Amino acid sequence: MLGHFITLQRKAFFRSSSFGKSLALKLLMGFFAVYMLVALLFFGGALYFILRKLLPDVNPMWVVSQYMVYWVLAELILRYFIQKLPVMDIKPFLALPISKQKIAHYILGRSGFSVYNLLAFFFALPFVVVLIMNGYPALNVLLWFVGVVAIALSINYINFIINKSNAALITIVGLLFMFFVLDYFAILPVTTFFGPIFHGLYAYPFTVLIPIALVVLAYFINFKYLVQRIYLDASLKAKTETAKTSDLTWTRRFGDIAPFLQLDLKLIWRNKRTKAQVFISLLFVLYGLFFYTQDIYVKMMPMLCFLGVFMTGIFLTNFGQFIPAWDSAYYSMLMSQNIPLRKYLDSKAGLITFSVVVMFLLTIPYVYFGWEALAINFGSALYNLGINIPVILFFGSFNKKRIELDKSPFGNMQGTSGTQFLIILPVLGAPIILISIFYFHFSVEIGVLVLCLFGIVGLLFRKTLLDKITEQYRSRKYNMIAGFKEKDS
Amino acid sequence: MIKATNLSKQYGGQQVLDIETLEIPRGQSFGLVGNNGAGKTTFFSLLLDLIPPSSGDIENQGVKVNKSEDWKPFTSSFIDESFLIGYLTPEEYFYFVGDLRGVNKADVDALLAQFSDFFHGEILGQKKYLRDLSKGNQKKAGIVASFIGNPEVVILDEPFANLDTTTQILLKGFIKVLAQREDVTVLVSSHDLMHVTEVCERIVVLNKGEIVKDITTSPETLKELESFFGA
Repeated sequence: MLGHFITLQRKAFFRSSSFGKSLALKLLMGFFAVYMLVALLFFGGALYFILRKLLPDVNPMWVVSQYMVYWVLAELILRYFIQKLPVMDIKPFLALPISKQKIAHYILGRSGFSVYNLLAFFFALPFVVVLIMNGYPALNVLLWFVGVVAIALSINYINFIINKSNAALITIVGLLFMFFVLDYFAILPVTTFFGPIFHGLYAYPFTVLIPIALVVLAYFINFKYLVQRIYLDASLKAKTETAKTSDLTWTRRFGDIAPFLQLDLKLIWRNKRTKAQVFISLLFVLYGLFFYTQDIYVKMMPMLCFLGVFMTGIFLTNFGQFIPAWDSAYYSMLMSQNIPLRKYLDSKAGLITFSVVVMFLLTIPYVYFGWEALAINFGSALYNLGINIPVILFFGSFNKKRIELDKSPFGNMQGTSGTQFLIILPVLGAPIILISIFYFHFSVEIGVLVLCLFGIVGLLFRKTLLDKITEQYRSRKYNMIAGFKEKDS
Repeated sequence: MIKATNLSKQYGGQQVLDIETLEIPRGQSFGLVGNNGAGKTTFFSLLLDLIPPSSGDIENQGVKVNKSEDWKPFTSSFIDESFLIGYLTPEEYFYFVGDLRGVNKADVDALLAQFSDFFHGEILGQKKYLRDLSKGNQKKAGIVASFIGNPEVVILDEPFANLDTTTQILLKGFIKVLAQREDVTVLVSSHDLMHVTEVCERIVVLNKGEIVKDITTSPETLKELESFFGA
């Protein structure tokens, strides 16, 4: 039986959609994975030396123990958002002669090998090796390692238990925040309190039994819960949310693009991935704080221009690069309905225009760091409006990868292809090069002026540009329809 | 009138549709039958310009569908669930289609009122998005949406599949009413012979992409078709 499950798992992995992806994307994702792994191994290995350097008087093991409470809480929060027990995967087994207990063991056992558990494993491993090489008692260190892995595993299973309740999340976030505040303002020494508890794992090897017992207990609770709920109408039922109807009558004032605008707003608001994009975009307004506050960047013109284009155009790039793939699920309907393609594109352009204006307004406070920041952001926003909107819409016509709207937004690469990487170059690169040239030859003012000029020219010719883009969409129509029909590509 | 001339479609050297000539007069109720893979959906997709023909062309009331978009205002269709917008409620979807076809909310509501039996209280006012409806209910919503805006050409691909018996009977009634109108051409495909013979004046049988039979429906049609497919 176990053999069967393992075979299935292997096939699921190698036949998954990510393996069918284009070579470039595979390489990129592979590179990312290797990078993460190397970074973890490297940082884990270097941790000992870093701590020795930073805090020469304190034993690194002691420091690590003190901060482990934060690791536990942070990982619980992270997993709450990212990791769900993939119960839907067991649907095909229900009608087969396999006992429910085996199914439950399978799904729980499988989650033990999830990537999230490997993170702790690969971080702790080099740290442990370095410790042993530095003469720490091998038995204690090895059992500490076992303890850490066991903690990661118990986080894994505890997450599944608490994952259904928002109260649990609020409690954990609250605790994390409270601990941090108490610690930071030295009201209560949280780290010194939890330090000895986690240090015990190292100091008294037999305590490793505690996290192991915790794993077993959490596993058992999950198991009990799951076995009772392997029914189609219990845990296996996909949750449906209550629909909220909205009129959005205010969009009427935008004339005949109103129906599409309404559709786009609903698209963004009612689907996880698009909604996440909006929040991410809003968060990126804060991105400037990292750079404006550091002296090296303040006078670095290419960097400032990058910030301007990036912050005012974050929604433009994030959302725009997947136009029209957002509508891929019903693209053939749009193409056979009474829809002039031009209106469709006008509406998309209108939506992005709105986002650029909003993002610019939000970046105005950066004027605090000098008028140049405001001027450059203004120029960048105009450039985004005039040039980048048509550019991104044009490249959109090369999109032909389907996007499944209801899939989770985290690490979702659906719809991504080489096109997306190609788009970024002209969108971000061109204005930076432009302003840099004029800045180094003349001045900031001239550079900003040139950006504005480009933007205004683009706006003046928008009608013509959009006409051309409409033609392009028309000629790529069959390719797009065929591409969007392919699921899991 | 819909007119296909020398229409063919190939995929990687394999002929999936090859129609020398096919004319569907205005106002006819036209049934397309055939086994799986006979080319029914391919024909409809070509008619809706969703795929390009390998050769030949289709005219829809004088408009070459792959040359101009002018056929869109008077043509409506429901091919499959990919014609639905999952994150809209059925009402919002109907109003959206109404917007596209220049029909205001009140008129859409008036039309929907005629379908209350057909919806069986499971479509309207359910506080559910289309993506959360059952397959059968999704289909009902899609079919009714294709009736919005007085289209002159209505294309329905396998409308009877996945519907329960009561709904099938109701749907047949609607299609018959639509088919009686002189100005409305109805195109229906199905692999259920009984349904098509009931609602269509003319039946064309496709087999491996070719027209093998073209009959005007009469009381004997069902027998004739059954013996054809049974042979």
